[in-house]
Amino acid sequence: MPNGNAHTVSAFDNDMGQLRALVSEMGGRAEAAIAESVQALMRRDLDAAARVVEEDRKIDILEVEVERQVLRLIALRGPVADDLREALAALKIAGIIERIGDYAKNIAKRVPIIQDAKSIEPMAILPAMGRAAADMVHDALDAFAARDAQKALDVSMQDKAVDDFYNSLFRALLTCMMESPQNITPSAHLLFIAKNLERIGDHATNLAEMVYFAATGQILPDRPRGEDMLAAERV
Amino acid sequence: MTRIDPIFAIIALLLLVGGTIGAALAGESSVVAAITLLTGLLTALFAVISRRRDEESVAAPPPPIALSSLPPGIDELIEAVDDPMLLVEGRLVKHANAAARTLLGAHIVGEDIRLAIRHPAAAERLTGRTSSSEAAWRIAIDVVGVGERERQWQLVMHQLRGGNRLVRLVDRTATYATERMRVDFVANASHELRTPLATLLGFIETLEDGKAGNDEVTRARFLKIMFREAKRMQQLVDDLMSLSRIEAEKYSVPHDPQALLPLAQEVRDSMRASRQDVDERVRIDAAPHTADVIGDRAQLSQLLYNLIGNALKYGRPGTPVRVSLDTAPSGMVRLTVADQGEGVAPEHLPRLTERFYRVDAGRSRSLGGTGLGLAIVKHIVERHRGRLDIDSVVGEGTTVTVLLPAAPASSSNRNANATETNRNGLSGIAGTA
Repeated sequence: MPNGNAHTVSAFDNDMGQLRALVSEMGGRAEAAIAESVQALMRRDLDAAARVVEEDRKIDILEVEVERQVLRLIALRGPVADDLREALAALKIAGIIERIGDYAKNIAKRVPIIQDAKSIEPMAILPAMGRAAADMVHDALDAFAARDAQKALDVSMQDKAVDDFYNSLFRALLTCMMESPQNITPSAHLLFIAKNLERIGDHATNLAEMVYFAATGQILPDRPRGEDMLAAERV
Repeated sequence: MTRIDPIFAIIALLLLVGGTIGAALAGESSVVAAITLLTGLLTALFAVISRRRDEESVAAPPPPIALSSLPPGIDELIEAVDDPMLLVEGRLVKHANAAARTLLGAHIVGEDIRLAIRHPAAAERLTGRTSSSEAAWRIAIDVVGVGERERQWQLVMHQLRGGNRLVRLVDRTATYATERMRVDFVANASHELRTPLATLLGFIETLEDGKAGNDEVTRARFLKIMFREAKRMQQLVDDLMSLSRIEAEKYSVPHDPQALLPLAQEVRDSMRASRQDVDERVRIDAAPHTADVIGDRAQLSQLLYNLIGNALKYGRPGTPVRVSLDTAPSGMVRLTVADQGEGVAPEHLPRLTERFYRVDAGRSRSLGGTGLGLAIVKHIVERHRGRLDIDSVVGEGTTVTVLLPAAPASSSNRNANATETNRNGLSGIAGTA
């Protein structure tokens, strides 16, 4: 019941509530996957990593379920205005969360690969970066649950922090590779992991954009961006 | 419905039989017979339909008892509980108490429970996808990051009548923090001890080498540093020992009356040896007729030593440190130590009395602090059943207020002599933050 007004057809409210609950559950799983994959990486815990990979299947199943529900909702109830926005946003958000889950899975998959590598110093930054990215997803999902446009706006502002983490890790890992050729393989994997986290941050921003759209019907105003590394390289 | 059913059947049967007999007996009243027959048939049909409808209603599960039909006052009861609590009917949150609304947001009422608590294990349990045996229900789920980040919750579910559920969140943050603090303490203590030791070993090695060892100036300089580091280590060990001693005595309340004013003066005098500016900066005054306190003399002087020492260290050079004694409205004796320094930011205040907690580690170490001073103060105050308050304004200074239980008036006189005889009680003093 968007904006707190109940519909005459209470079945619609039920459907919508169910849909939102499914999306929220997906989100909870993705959030947990990020935290657990980074923790598995830091603890070099292969079992935990395998569990993250396994759990990702459930996110995929949920996404199919969300798609089915949205299709059914639109076909049977013909929602308009904010209801339609909400249904479409749910569909897109489910897609985004599925991607976030995939990134977390990808991080977990790299745990066995760098299992035997000696410790790489810049790795110490990863937990903080993972937390920053997971915080964004967390806040975006909170905004979704509360239909809070302002909170969604706040989330899109946090992305810069994650980008900065990525940029500094990029440099640190590059230095690490130059120091010793032995470091190249694990450093490259860590670079991908950092990139994955950075992408999670971007997707959290997309998520916030959809929440903002569903709540207000407007596209989120442009956000401040982190330093664009690619632009800097060209100079 | 079931009760009416046989009556319908009998009427239908009677009408049917009556109609048939009527039709057979009198041919001219066939219209009446036909109507009777028709009515009979309709009644029979109605009976059958009503029976079927009845069966359907039996097959469907009984609707859950609406939470609004719970005994009155339950809402109020749940509202009064500090732990966040949710009443869940089916999957919908029907009621959330104030704590839950603050934590999860007021929007959760009327929403699906999965929207309120996003946790994979919780979602599975709440939607009944996992086995819902009675035993499995009782296992609490650890949930992190509901509401604020970093907070640890335990989610407990209770089955209520009619398939309703009570979801309760128990805050475990403090428990986890205690556990972490214990681990941290060991790590911190070893680290703090190792640092001066490493310095000592380094200098000893260098001095063993003929070149450096034979040079008078270098040797003197090195020995000075070594002495300072060894002193710091000794200080730390002393602090650790007094901390554990105070903790061990935690439950034995001291019972001797002590006069704080002479004690404070004594502490100031004893500080002259290590600091030159003590006399000009430390000002002690006591309101007239301030009662003695019940306390342990050695520990009280340690408390004063730590507080005045901190004020001298963290106050700006040359600024006064005011130590005052008076009687609080509650009848306890109030000791206030105020400095004029940079102050402490509000976010650090709750953690100041943690062991090894430092606002600025580098600065504290360079001033010879061990990170245990205020922890010791806190434990002493706790043992004396007193109160410790730290107020600080950034840029202006910090005021530490200690409330200590006053001694009964009769015993105060006796104490005036006691202070003289106990002069040596100060020897065990150690440590500042």
